[in-house]
Amino acid sequence: MENLIALLVGAPLLGAAVLLCGGRRLDKSGHWLGTLLAAVSFFIGLALFADMLGKGAEDRAMHQRLFTWISVDGFQADIAFQLDQLSMTFVLLITGVGTLIHVYSIGYMEHDERRRRFFGYLNLFVAAMLLLVLADNFLLLYFGWEGVGLASYLLIGFWQHKPTAATAAKKAFLVNRVGDMGLSIAIMLMFTTFGTFAFGPVFAATDEASEGKLTAIGLMLLLAACGKSAQVPLQSWLGDAMEGPTPVSALIHAATMVTAGVYLIVRSADIFNAAPDAQLVVTVVGAVTLLFGAIVGCAKDDIKKALAGSTMSQIGYMILAAGLGPIGYAFAIMHLVTHGFFKAGLFLGAGSVMHGMNDEVDMRRYGGLRKYMPVTFATFGLGYLAIIGFPGLSGFFSKDKIIEAAFAKGGTEGWILGSVTLLGAAITAYYMTRVMLMTFFGEKRWQPDAEGHAPHPHESPKSMTIPMVLLAFGSVFAGAFFGIGDRFVAWLEPVTNFEHGHPPISAGAITGATVAVMVIGVGIAYLQYGRRPVPVVAPRGSLLTRAARRDLLQDDFNHAVFVTGGTHLTRSLVYVDHTLVDGVVNGTAASVGGLSGRLRKLQNGYARTYAVSMFGGTAVLIAATLLMRAV
Amino acid sequence: MSATAVHSLWTTAAEPIAKIPAPHIEYTQLAPVLIVIGAAIVSVLVEAFVPRKGRYLGQVFLSVLALAAAFAAVVGLAAGGYGTTKAHIAAMGAIAVDGPALFLQGTILLASIVAIFTFAERRLDPADHGHKVDSFAAEAAAVPGSEQEKAAVKAGFTTTEVFPLALFAIAGMLVFPAANDLLTLFVALEVFSLPLYLLCAVARRKRLMSQEAAVKYFLLGAFSSAFLLFGIALLYGYAGSVSYATIADVVDGSIASVDPALADTMGNDALLLIGFAMVLTGLLFKVGAVPFHMWTPDVYQGAPTPVTGFMAAATKVAAFGALLRLLYVVLPGLTWDWRPVMWGVAIVTMLGGAIVAITQTDIKRLLAYSSIAHAGFLLAGVIAATPTGISSVLFYLGAYSFVTIGAFAVVTLVRDAGGEATHLSKWGGLGRRSPLVAAVFAVFLLAFAGIPLTSGFSGKFAVFSAAAESGAGALVVVGVISSAIAAFFYIRVIVLMFFSEPKADGPTVAVPSALTTLTITVGVAVTLVLGLAPQYFLDLANQASVFVR
Repeated sequence: MENLIALLVGAPLLGAAVLLCGGRRLDKSGHWLGTLLAAVSFFIGLALFADMLGKGAEDRAMHQRLFTWISVDGFQADIAFQLDQLSMTFVLLITGVGTLIHVYSIGYMEHDERRRRFFGYLNLFVAAMLLLVLADNFLLLYFGWEGVGLASYLLIGFWQHKPTAATAAKKAFLVNRVGDMGLSIAIMLMFTTFGTFAFGPVFAATDEASEGKLTAIGLMLLLAACGKSAQVPLQSWLGDAMEGPTPVSALIHAATMVTAGVYLIVRSADIFNAAPDAQLVVTVVGAVTLLFGAIVGCAKDDIKKALAGSTMSQIGYMILAAGLGPIGYAFAIMHLVTHGFFKAGLFLGAGSVMHGMNDEVDMRRYGGLRKYMPVTFATFGLGYLAIIGFPGLSGFFSKDKIIEAAFAKGGTEGWILGSVTLLGAAITAYYMTRVMLMTFFGEKRWQPDAEGHAPHPHESPKSMTIPMVLLAFGSVFAGAFFGIGDRFVAWLEPVTNFEHGHPPISAGAITGATVAVMVIGVGIAYLQYGRRPVPVVAPRGSLLTRAARRDLLQDDFNHAVFVTGGTHLTRSLVYVDHTLVDGVVNGTAASVGGLSGRLRKLQNGYARTYAVSMFGGTAVLIAATLLMRAV
Repeated sequence: MSATAVHSLWTTAAEPIAKIPAPHIEYTQLAPVLIVIGAAIVSVLVEAFVPRKGRYLGQVFLSVLALAAAFAAVVGLAAGGYGTTKAHIAAMGAIAVDGPALFLQGTILLASIVAIFTFAERRLDPADHGHKVDSFAAEAAAVPGSEQEKAAVKAGFTTTEVFPLALFAIAGMLVFPAANDLLTLFVALEVFSLPLYLLCAVARRKRLMSQEAAVKYFLLGAFSSAFLLFGIALLYGYAGSVSYATIADVVDGSIASVDPALADTMGNDALLLIGFAMVLTGLLFKVGAVPFHMWTPDVYQGAPTPVTGFMAAATKVAAFGALLRLLYVVLPGLTWDWRPVMWGVAIVTMLGGAIVAITQTDIKRLLAYSSIAHAGFLLAGVIAATPTGISSVLFYLGAYSFVTIGAFAVVTLVRDAGGEATHLSKWGGLGRRSPLVAAVFAVFLLAFAGIPLTSGFSGKFAVFSAAAESGAGALVVVGVISSAIAAFFYIRVIVLMFFSEPKADGPTVAVPSALTTLTITVGVAVTLVLGLAPQYFLDLANQASVFVR
């Protein structure tokens, strides 16, 4: 069975190659091929999953070694895969949700003339993401990591004729570079510390390394995770990334790629367990982002940007849980999976709304859509209930566990983290209710688009609604399925270990508090947006609202510190480069060039000159040989 | 003449003829060479007896078949253990059948097959008087521009003689790295050189330049052969034998007995050193090392491009094979004498090739200087004087020959009214017009430059690490500096192709037939495979790196 692992990656990779190299011949059929290969990968994943379930919990991990890429003594770079329970979870999520979103895109991208290319990029993304989660060493993981970054860049900027999309793609790419530097430095540190970067040997050797080194590696890994998962301070790209087509936002910037940081931290659990300082920083980053994303989400009028803020916040929950150690890893991943369902569903719903509303994204121009788009309303509504943690739905089970684990951290830290997560739950309920009310309830506030066409909202085609319905099933039932009887925890336990956290107050009280703050959040939102008409033009708002609309001034901060500072730094460096370095370089180049010009004249085309050169050469050879003997 | 002398001659002649022993020839083990020579002879008969119409197809078919069969024979021998455990000297001590010989013969044969495809290409030029034309003159014997030439073109003649010539050359190249005595070495050298001189002279376009190149090549080749032959004579004087093994034994002192006829000269180290230097001259000429390189740019530029590609790849493989065998089998006892000298040659070759290439304006000359620089890199591996040194050179040769043939095959595609547009200025903006061809050429250039993920990197890494391990750190430093200089002009071509505006009267890219396409595809494939997953081939070269004595 383990020989099938490479096929998981291979099928979508083949799709990407065929679609991107195939040319116009595939314009008519390309999207079917792309979808088919994503589905093939999903079914292989299911087969492997079934096989895995047939084995005992401890020997479920499978390995496949393709070949050694580079082997220089001490440096062994293998192209090898590892499929354990953690990877398996991701494989099913990526290929399952991925396939659904391929299907959705068939309808969504129907009128786009570059649809074949779009599917090629999607396939490329799926292949790279699978490589990321299946790699059995950090170097190959890095390869997949960069691969998803590339796919993300290409897809954010897919509508490259829009300057905003091109800029957003560039921004995502640049911010991610910062994180990627962290990952590459982490890998280098691992190599110098452990002499290898394969998962097995590195994790087995964490006892031998000093805590300082492990903390350094952990912080670098966290930096990488911040970049990919849009965590503070590298969060600024995610909102702009919504310039990409909506299926991309659903697949890459909600359900899968942005959770790669969580995967990285959970995968490196052994390193973080041995570096408590790094773990603490992880929880802080998670807690800060959780609130940051939630506050931004409250202020946005663009439906996708509101959802992007929410994504950031929900990943903050996961990062926080991952920072809690063995009491949180399993819940981080559980929330990741349930979030994958409901957030993808919400994004697809948003796409469906935009599809029906002439690509309008401003929620202030929606309103009252529930009658016109019943399926979208129902599926979006279930996703909404899931994310706010309505009892019984997916988000309830996974988020509640994280809040419990946060309290169980113990001491003052536990109280702070627990309170932050509770506060986050309240704000989540608030902003999601706001989205729901502004979009589907209230008055029609529809405006004609730039060309003067009044919107005629209608339900989307089957290819779009079916994936939404299927994801809604996940949003409703996944949490209960995973959570009741600790099924998910037991499944992941062999990989991540698990300890039961003991919160200072009873679990029942925490659950009660969670439900209570959720109700409060919903209630406030209802008072603001359900009882009063929503103005079409956004009111000026308070200072905090205005700051939140500007993403809490993240871009202003980055501009002031990094752009301006960087500009000054580069200017001075350029000056040094021009005067000093270029002087030396150009001088060398000029002298080499001059030498070249002079030597070239020796090549005068006369056979006699050439013969003389040979004769002289032989004479020198003989003389040198004899001389060597003489000395 | 005295009476006794006459008598002795008489008695010698009167010995019964039956006492001359028939040479013992291992036909199966020499099969690769014999197949190619046999095919060359049949190919001459095809020229003589098959009607003109059928010759082209017949020759192409015969050549490819023979080369493939010979390659199969090489693989068979290697699989049979002749590269490792059963390695021995065949044909009465004349030819070695061992790992390096088989590896290099295999490389030469594969490179030749793809080179033959470019020889057979007939779709690049527009048909002339309704006849398909290839890269070779309609009638090589006709004076350029004469009435006779026009008549030949009109009649649709083609020089199908290039196929037998190429086959003879390949046969010589197969023997060259396997030659185990100096006379066989010399004969093999001439067997492959003479057809090459002719092949250089038969370009269809720019015939005068082609003929000039051939004459220069011939004159200088003859000159270098003279050195080689003189060196052989001196070594015979020193050792009393032309056999590699015997010379080696005399050098390290395990044969002390002196042949009375050579009492004055045997064991005289001056003869050994001078003879060695002269034989080295002959071989360094063939590999194109500075200062014996000056023929290279002129000949590479003038020769028909398919011939250039073939020559640049296969000759280099054969000559480096012979050089390795000479240094490792004949002169291991002299390592301390030849290493410093070869250091010098390697350094001036690397730097000279790279520096002069910078100011070249013709793509073929540029590639010629690049081949000189690469000869220098290869010499760095040769100098290592260790088994890793041998295997790294073997690997490098395999990698380099496919890049070279591929690159020259691309050169044949870029054409204007005057045939191939080889002036660099005409390549500006090629990437905009023909992105695929330009991208493929860029791959080859990156491989030449030794950029990772191409075979060039794996090869360079192998030779430099072998050199560094053997203590030649300074040489590696020079090598890396030369690589940096060389990278400049490779990248410059890429910049030219992709980042400058195409000219209005720029060249067009001809659409080749399946033959050239296949050559280029194989080139790219080998370049990428050896760059991405070199380990298998490095292991193969490692296994093949032991010379038999």
